[in-house]
Amino acid sequence: MTTFVLLTVTGLGLGAMYFLIASGLSLIYGLMGVLNFAHGAFITVGSYATWWMSENVFDGVGSAWVRFLVSALCGLVAGAIFAALVELVLIRPLYQRHIEQVLVTVGLSIAFVALVQGIWGPDVHPYTAPGWLHETTTLFGAHIPNDRWVEIATAVAVLVALQLFLRRTRYGLIIRAGVENRAMVTALGIDVRKAFTLVFAIGGVAAALAGALSNVYFGSVTPDRGTSLLIFAFIVVVIGGLGSITGSAIAAVVVGLVQQYANYYGTNWIGDWGLGDLSVLLLLAVVLLVRPRGLAGAVAA
Amino acid sequence: MTAAEAVETRTLLEVRNLHVNLGQSHVLQGVSFDVPEGGVTALLGRNGVGKTTTLRAILGLVGRRGTVRLGGEDLTALATHRIVRRSVGYVPEDRDIFAGLTVEENLRLAERGDEPRYDLVYDLFPELKTRARQRAGTLSGGQQQMVAIARALLNDNRLLLVDEPTKGLAPALVTEFAHVLERLSELTTVLLVEQNLGVVRRIARDAVVLDTGRVVHAGDAKELLAQPELVRRLLSVTAGGHA
Amino acid sequence: MNRRVVADYVWPLAVFGALAFVPKIGLHIPKLFDSSISSPGTLQLLALCLLFGGLALTYDLLFGFTGLLSFGHALYVAIGAYMTNIALTDWHWSFAQALLFTAALAFVVPLVIGTISLRVSGIAFAMVTLAFAQAGSVLVHKDPHHWTHGEEGLGVDYAKLPDFFVGIFNTKYLYWLALGYLGVVFFIARWSVESSPGRIWQAIRENELRVEVLGLRPRAFKLMVFVLASFLATAGGVVYLLLFNSTNPSVTAPNFTLALLLMVVIGGAGSRWGAVLGGILYTYLDDRLAAVGDSSAVQGLPKVLRTPLEQPLFLLGVIFILIVFFLPGGITGLASRGRPGGLRRLEEAIRPGGTVGGTPEAGLADPQEGV
Repeated sequence: MTTFVLLTVTGLGLGAMYFLIASGLSLIYGLMGVLNFAHGAFITVGSYATWWMSENVFDGVGSAWVRFLVSALCGLVAGAIFAALVELVLIRPLYQRHIEQVLVTVGLSIAFVALVQGIWGPDVHPYTAPGWLHETTTLFGAHIPNDRWVEIATAVAVLVALQLFLRRTRYGLIIRAGVENRAMVTALGIDVRKAFTLVFAIGGVAAALAGALSNVYFGSVTPDRGTSLLIFAFIVVVIGGLGSITGSAIAAVVVGLVQQYANYYGTNWIGDWGLGDLSVLLLLAVVLLVRPRGLAGAVAA
Repeated sequence: MTAAEAVETRTLLEVRNLHVNLGQSHVLQGVSFDVPEGGVTALLGRNGVGKTTTLRAILGLVGRRGTVRLGGEDLTALATHRIVRRSVGYVPEDRDIFAGLTVEENLRLAERGDEPRYDLVYDLFPELKTRARQRAGTLSGGQQQMVAIARALLNDNRLLLVDEPTKGLAPALVTEFAHVLERLSELTTVLLVEQNLGVVRRIARDAVVLDTGRVVHAGDAKELLAQPELVRRLLSVTAGGHA
Repeated sequence: MNRRVVADYVWPLAVFGALAFVPKIGLHIPKLFDSSISSPGTLQLLALCLLFGGLALTYDLLFGFTGLLSFGHALYVAIGAYMTNIALTDWHWSFAQALLFTAALAFVVPLVIGTISLRVSGIAFAMVTLAFAQAGSVLVHKDPHHWTHGEEGLGVDYAKLPDFFVGIFNTKYLYWLALGYLGVVFFIARWSVESSPGRIWQAIRENELRVEVLGLRPRAFKLMVFVLASFLATAGGVVYLLLFNSTNPSVTAPNFTLALLLMVVIGGAGSRWGAVLGGILYTYLDDRLAAVGDSSAVQGLPKVLRTPLEQPLFLLGVIFILIVFFLPGGITGLASRGRPGGLRRLEEAIRPGGTVGGTPEAGLADPQEGV
């Protein structure tokens, strides 16, 4: 029972990070038709910016908590700016040339990882977050690392914020309509391209947030964190339905939990064959074969 | 028309030499016509001759070569949203309303100026007020058409491009919409693609006929419809019915 | 002889024939290669370039010619490399046995995976192929029964390899092997694309619906090209093993497939020589750009400029982006204007809502079928 609780919370924590990444990917694809491989770079920006800021800029300033929060904030801002720049410089000029847009994000992802490796080396850097995050809380007898709560809370907060944004603001309205029918939105006199940049920026913030949180979850900073999280985020997006935030949320929870349960119980049963990851991949294949549009299908939010 | 009357009707929209290629087919092969200001100009032709494509080409929703001038201003190089902001409203063939949004949100999205004409919209379509919170995807065909037209009414558009508004509607609704279009034609200029010649006879002043991507006839609508032989040759139908 | 036969077969034969003489020519090309082109070091690099020229072409069969975007092509290369290695080194089979085993896998695995994956198309297909490749990657990392040796990679048992592939002085045989591989792939690709199934592949790329309406089953043809391309890729994997004498998990990573994608686009998708040129060029640059990074010219630069220039993948990524912007037809596109047909057809594959290919509408503001 205690193991089950621990697995569940860990799965939710991991799912939380997947959701943060998947939400941006989903919106970007739904609105713009761009499969954004550069999203991994946004994650990495958040991860490295948070780490570098707390090590080098805010070193010794204020309490560990303040350092952590301010560094994370810097990471988010960096993510937003970087994502917006990517959209403006690389994506916008290729308007309506979808395949080129995707290719450009592929090229960027490869170049960016290489750049990060060049600057900070390919090695793993250990990351220490403020004390409380390392401690555990006991729930039903299970000792749960506190960072899981932060991840879950953050994902829920972002989910709520995104829904509010989509439902209550004009740009949210434009985005929801654009996911359904981009051409008609322009035929109403609206310049969708501003929405494109905005959606990229939102994706950048959410991904950077995931990157910052992943430092804590994994206790380290590595150049390939973005790529490895991105693959699972893609799977979450596809299972949940491209363009749907709610779909991504549900799929993220399912994927996170399946990964943990399958890994633990499967390893006990058969041995270490990486069943957690394999189960998720199997789930993807099954969903795609049975319901190619994913759980939620066509509508955003 | 007397010479004085002829001078009075200015040309609002000039379309010159429009060419559009969709995939392998050369859909519009040099379409040229004028839409005079005020009233309804009907764009007629058999299925597949390029009527819808013409409207889309005017808005820049398809790649095209040629010239489009509105009120003397050359719009050809502008992006679609800019053309629309020059006061052009569009009611597409399949309505293209946003199913996941409510009626009210569909209308709100279409707002462009500071004083959207909700008074006009709710006067013509009181149902839209009562169904404001309803998801547009759950509306009937006729109600969706109301939303589609209402969107174009909210702003004081100089020109409305309307594509087969009565398609698929029950006869009673067809009459209603014809009446709506008549009222609209008193307020602004309408370029109307319509297969229902009864509607055309009732409200259109001028007619432009397309055949395989070219204009084959342009002139007074009532004069055209009074010649059954001509109508049959151009539109393959008897003058009373549908093209 | 008509012009097409000359272009398709005579010219390439001449080129390959000329290339076969390379190990006999003690030619020194200073800026391009460190040592004479017949030296083992350079021959190894050239062999690698030719191998990837062939691998890129196997990828192009799928997407340049048939319009199938796969994110998991690396899996088949990995099968070729790893399974042969495991059979030789872990199971102690003979070389012939290992080859037969791998050949059987090369046919059966894509047949099964293709049958499943091709039930969907567009983005869904891309994701399923990614999933299968990732499954392979996971298995390699997890190292069941300690066969793959996970991260550290598995060195091949030299005793099991034929003598002429072992040892530095036999690099020329590896060169000829790679050249032979490229030649075989090239001619098979050319012949199959021109054949009647091949014309159906290109028709599928253009308009799958029309193919179906004609009474043909597109899925059967897609499976055909999928198995063919994967089989040839697995063969390439065996050559890869022989060139490196070891395998490591990098051959299963998504980046491997993405590198193939880059090669094809850089060279020009769906063209006669494009993929091959792209593969050769990319592999060459990946190797040589590292040398550029070490050169004194670059080392003299301030750190801010030096660091990116030292990373070959950074430079390759940037070059790729530049090509996409300014030369979307790739290098062979310099000859033709605008975007190549292959690229435009691929667009259909990934367009939102694209399941069965619809009518290609050039220049149309993107009609979405609702995502």
